Amino acid sequence: MKLSEKELEVVEILEKDARISSEDVAKMIGLSLQETDELIKKLEKEKVLVHYTTVVDWSKIDGHEGVTAMIDVKVTPKRGVGFDEVAERIYRFKEVKSVYLMSGAYDLSVIIEGKSMNEVARFVSNKLSTLDSVLSTTTHFILKKYKHDGTIFEPLADDDKRIVVSP
Amino acid sequence: MKQTKSYLAKTVEDLKPSGIRKFFDLAAGMEGVISLGVGEPDFVTSWSAREAAILSLEQGYTSYTANAGLLELRNEVSSYMKKQFHVDYNPKNEIIITVGASQALDIALRAILDPGDEVIVIEPSFVSYAPLVSLAGGKPVAVQATEEYDFKIQTHQLEKAVTDRTKAIMLCSPNNPTGTMLGENELLELATFIEKHDLLVLSDEIYAELAYDEPYVSFAAIEGMRHRTLLINGFSKGFAMTGWRLGFVCANEELTAAMLKIHQYAMMCAPTMAQYAALEALKGGREDVEDMKKSYRRRRNYFVQSLNDIGLSCHIPGGAFYAFPSIVSTGLSSEQFAEQLLIEEKVAVVPGNVFGISGEGHIRCSYASSMEHLQEAVKRIKRFVEK
Repeated sequence: MKLSEKELEVVEILEKDARISSEDVAKMIGLSLQETDELIKKLEKEKVLVHYTTVVDWSKIDGHEGVTAMIDVKVTPKRGVGFDEVAERIYRFKEVKSVYLMSGAYDLSVIIEGKSMNEVARFVSNKLSTLDSVLSTTTHFILKKYKHDGTIFEPLADDDKRIVVSP
Repeated sequence: MKQTKSYLAKTVEDLKPSGIRKFFDLAAGMEGVISLGVGEPDFVTSWSAREAAILSLEQGYTSYTANAGLLELRNEVSSYMKKQFHVDYNPKNEIIITVGASQALDIALRAILDPGDEVIVIEPSFVSYAPLVSLAGGKPVAVQATEEYDFKIQTHQLEKAVTDRTKAIMLCSPNNPTGTMLGENELLELATFIEKHDLLVLSDEIYAELAYDEPYVSFAAIEGMRHRTLLINGFSKGFAMTGWRLGFVCANEELTAAMLKIHQYAMMCAPTMAQYAALEALKGGREDVEDMKKSYRRRRNYFVQSLNDIGLSCHIPGGAFYAFPSIVSTGLSSEQFAEQLLIEEKVAVVPGNVFGISGEGHIRCSYASSMEHLQEAVKRIKRFVEK
């Protein structure tokens, strides 16, 4: 679908900050509150705005255990459904956070979150590699998140370095 | 030592310190201040430009460049000006890279003024214009742009200020502090006036990249005005590079040669690593600039609407990143408003009168601040106004 200029602006604003109030969005794009609310509802209904989430730095939370792994998966596509069927079989597992079809050396990139390396290893060997279409898997564990979906976790110098009043 | 006379130059003694200084001193000692008093972007220079400067240092580019600046940079500036603003300047003899637009203003004025020559300064104006005219030996003649015309100067006002000593007029569009931008028709009208009185124009176009509603028209692009224009621009605002101190001036060959004489004796050349950063900023594509512009535009819409909602009436500024609302409804003077707002609510703004007498009754608020800060500032200003 083709978005209007205002709709595109709303998408960009909410992508940066989903918690901003409709009142503020309305002022930023120069529409009334009611028009803005309607516009957002429409975009939600059309699934352009799919879901609102929060970026969490779990490493800050004491007692949190968890590992994230990116798995390169080679699969055999099936006649008629291509990669879609195997992708669906994979993304239905709740451990699976993302599934992307990739160009290049492998086919699917699967991101998995688990409590421990063991848990992820069990998932890969018991669930993922036993699927009929899966030919091979290569698992990479994430050691530290620096930047995630455009958000830097620990900005080095986020403070305003400008002098307080200048001409 | 017995001192019988002041050793200071009369011109310098007569210069008044900028009214902005007072608010800087007041705000600098306070905790928890939200500053809308800052005349520079809240973005940091793009990483690619910063990285190019680091690389130039690593490779040892630490010596002087040509007086007029790196030819490679002048080439890029030339094609940038052609592409963005439809003006054509020869990189070999019509462009000088300067230490900020400020130095460009300085050499431009010094190149054209004889003692006693008059320069029309349209107020409210950037605080440096009149002092720079005085320092160059000229006489600044203030003309007041008023709120009645959205701070756009009217020809009949200029007609009253012009004398046979008038040599030039200083133009700043989009304007600091009002944010007002002149459209093509207004520039055409101004051009007729300039032609009629045989004047030069120092066109400070430092905010040209930040024009939000209409495409920007450079004064040099108006028919017949190229040879009368000293076009001043730079990297500070559009490319978020204030601290690098890098600007440029474009003018015809004769004017450029005159400015280059001053520049080579007084400055030698602009800093080399900054020139390499600017080179990358121009080559690096438009994405950063366009993203920043979009972000300013949204914040402008939000902030100006919020000011009007509070009851501080404010015209929609066409460019730059300043809102210049009227505070007359509060019964306070600009200075009282700014001082009390700072002390009671810890929001720093700049009183309009420091930019000229027609700025009285207004405050300059820079919306180059994060949305969170703007939201909080709006809350505080509302509380202050409703008290």
